[in-house]
Amino acid sequence: MPRILKIEVLAPKVRRYVVEAPKIARKRKAGQFVLVCATPTGERIPLTISNADPEAGTINLIVQEVGKTTIEMAALKEGDELTDVVGPLGQPTHIAKVGRVVCVGGGIGIAPLFPIIDAMKQAGNDVTVVLGARNEELLILEDEVRALGVELVICTDDGSKGRKGFVTDVLKEMIAQGPPINEVVTIGPAIMMKFVCEVTRPHAISTLVSLNPIMVDGTGMCGGCRVQVGNEAKFACVDGPEFDGHLVDFDLLMRRQQMYKQQEREALERYEADHTCHLEGV
Amino acid sequence: MSDKKLPPKMTPKEKMATPRQPMREQEPLVRARNFQEVPFGYDEEQAIVEASRCLACGKPKCMEGCPVGNDIPRFLSHIAEGDFAAAARTMKETNLLPAICGRVCPQESQCENMCIIGKKGEPIAIGRLERFIGDWERESGATEVPECAAPTGRAVAIIGSGPAGLACAAELARAGHRVVVYEALQKPGGVLRYGIPEFRLPKAIVDAEIELVEKMGVEIRCNEIIGMTDTIDELLDEEGFDAVFVATGAGLPWFLGIPGENALGVYSANEFLTRINLMGAYRFPEYDTPIQKLKVAATIGGGNVAMDAARTALRVGAERSLIIYRRSREELPAREEEIHHAEQEGVEFHFLTNPLELLADEKTGWLRALKCQRMELGEPDASGRRRPIPVEGSEYEIPLNTAIIAIGNAPNPLIPRTTPDLEVTKRGQVTIDQETMRTSKRGVFAGGDIVRGAATVILAMGDGRRAAAHINEFLANGEW
Ligand SMILES: Cc1cc2nc3c(=O)[nH]c(=O)nc-3n(C[C@H](O)[C@H](O)[C@H](O)COP(=O)(O)OP(=O)(O)OC[C@H]3O[C@@H](n4cnc5c(N)ncnc54)[C@H](O)[C@@H]3O)c2cc1C
Ligand code: FES
Repeated sequence: MPRILKIEVLAPKVRRYVVEAPKIARKRKAGQFVLVCATPTGERIPLTISNADPEAGTINLIVQEVGKTTIEMAALKEGDELTDVVGPLGQPTHIAKVGRVVCVGGGIGIAPLFPIIDAMKQAGNDVTVVLGARNEELLILEDEVRALGVELVICTDDGSKGRKGFVTDVLKEMIAQGPPINEVVTIGPAIMMKFVCEVTRPHAISTLVSLNPIMVDGTGMCGGCRVQVGNEAKFACVDGPEFDGHLVDFDLLMRRQQMYKQQEREALERYEADHTCHLEGV
Repeated sequence: MSDKKLPPKMTPKEKMATPRQPMREQEPLVRARNFQEVPFGYDEEQAIVEASRCLACGKPKCMEGCPVGNDIPRFLSHIAEGDFAAAARTMKETNLLPAICGRVCPQESQCENMCIIGKKGEPIAIGRLERFIGDWERESGATEVPECAAPTGRAVAIIGSGPAGLACAAELARAGHRVVVYEALQKPGGVLRYGIPEFRLPKAIVDAEIELVEKMGVEIRCNEIIGMTDTIDELLDEEGFDAVFVATGAGLPWFLGIPGENALGVYSANEFLTRINLMGAYRFPEYDTPIQKLKVAATIGGGNVAMDAARTALRVGAERSLIIYRRSREELPAREEEIHHAEQEGVEFHFLTNPLELLADEKTGWLRALKCQRMELGEPDASGRRRPIPVEGSEYEIPLNTAIIAIGNAPNPLIPRTTPDLEVTKRGQVTIDQETMRTSKRGVFAGGDIVRGAATVILAMGDGRRAAAHINEFLANGEW
């Protein structure tokens, strides 16, 4: 079973796991993800590979505690094993030299954006990065992104770091000021990606988004991950996860992401109740 | 065997007069709310009586009806003599998985359909006897691990651990090759694991069969998706395999293409069944994977998959479970037993009903109704079945909160997509030479649903065995 070699806390409730997965480490390309099952009775969740070391045979996963599965993952320690890790899944990002590329990342979405920034830069593009977070504490990977030698603008909702405001404000200014942008890549909460697409749409700037619907098998077998792209229902796990943002129905995506909200809440409450009991018993 | 009381030998007349032995089952309304298996199976006495009804025809028609040519008369005569071990050996000459096939094969359109007694009365219950022998062997601990030849030094990779892959793996291991089965999901078995529900095929049986294949030295690697984790070319060129068998099944669900299919509460049958069977959603919150709370669930389709989904819906708590089917009862493609069981359990069949639109609540996005149209049967179409035609002005709405789309599967495209020199048909099936089961790519063979489109367990298993024979030949002479 895949062993966790290292765990680092990047921000409150956000951790980086370095996981042993030699084949995936060799194979993966920017934009691809894995499905992870943390415990034998667990749920399989998709996690983007934020980086990999083919020589060491490890992949990096950045995980935010949001539900029972990720909270359970947070309880794991270095040396523990995950029940299974399968991948790499999805189509790699189409990386080409197009000119000026702006990468817009929000929250935990900065993790999957990182390898794309790197690859875009290496392909010889002029890359500008805009990172947004609710506040300074929640901003991740700033140093890593800076180390790639790209132009970086940071903004936070409360102004505790960088500019106060939203990534879309920064993007609007960049478009107004020029030079012209050839491509925008954006990963973050669905609502943020939606608004980024609204900013770029009137200017017809090609905009790539990475979608994170609920998944089960990751092989195209169940269709649970379907998203509406233009006139077509696409399976994000095999056709995606990246799509032309101007064609994506984000409202539907957000609804489908919430499909099991009630059950998730129940699971979490039970989990927390169990845990408090254990603690009290100590 | 002497320890069993055998009934006196019957004359042909007595045989004809003896009724087909019934099989005890859980009460319909009880079982519709649990996941335990529906029928209990024959006891030894019933099995012997049932097998004794066989007329031992000179030209056994039943064998012609069996896609893998099981020697049914010899099998039955061993049971009639009470020699269950011999019956098990006979069956296993051609069928590795009797406990499974006895439960899921459509006998009424295969062997039992051809049975001479069936022309006048009820055919011999060949399927039930097959199941009896499979269970007897497993439960009495009589299962023998087949002997494997000395190692040949050759290695074969099998992609997919459904019935095609497992059957091929067992045969190749028997021939002394090193065999590795790659499986994308976290547990092996293919549709036997994630599709067919526990109440029809207990997973303990699937586990036992897989354990046997592993005891023969086959290595099963779950969580490896060929095409992503490794490609076929890498298996052949870098990982040292001499041949590959593609048995990836028909795992790409079709949707109806009608408005509203992305609404919350709409599932493919694959997703619905996988969440429940493989991921254990029926045991939520003990297992983490959830399934929504069902109230009224409509399953669209009329095959085995649809019956499984509709009956599963009841078991996870649906107040009502409906089947929506465009044609009439006669045209239902599912096994008769499954239809019968579904009816008994209270599944409501809406025949000659065509789904037009899935209607969702605008505020929440949750499914609230299915808009349908009545159909009537017109002239026969190319398949000989009468074509359903819409009745003008007959649209109506069925209120519900769950819809399960069970109208079939296309072949999974992952392998063809990542193996450019592997030829496929327009519909995505891998093309093979029917004679040799070879694909267009050297060293690569294919069988089961990936070649046939959604078919049956027994055909997949048969393909696996045949492919193994051809792979053996290829490994022996190296000619392509
Ligand atoms: C709900 C349901 C009920 C059914 N009921 C019956 C019945 O009663 N009787 C009957 O005879 N038939 C029935 N069938 C059909 C029958 O199950 C199939 O015809 C049969 O299982 C096909 O076997 P297979 O080995 O070709 O493929 P499958 O059983 O589909 O197995 C293929 C396996 O390959 C794996 N795989 C796919 N792609 C890859 C990859 N790239 N890398 C690694 N692994 C991969 C899949 O995960 C899967 O485990 C039913 C099917 C379903 C879905
Ligand atoms: S996760 Fe099942 S098809 Fe994509």
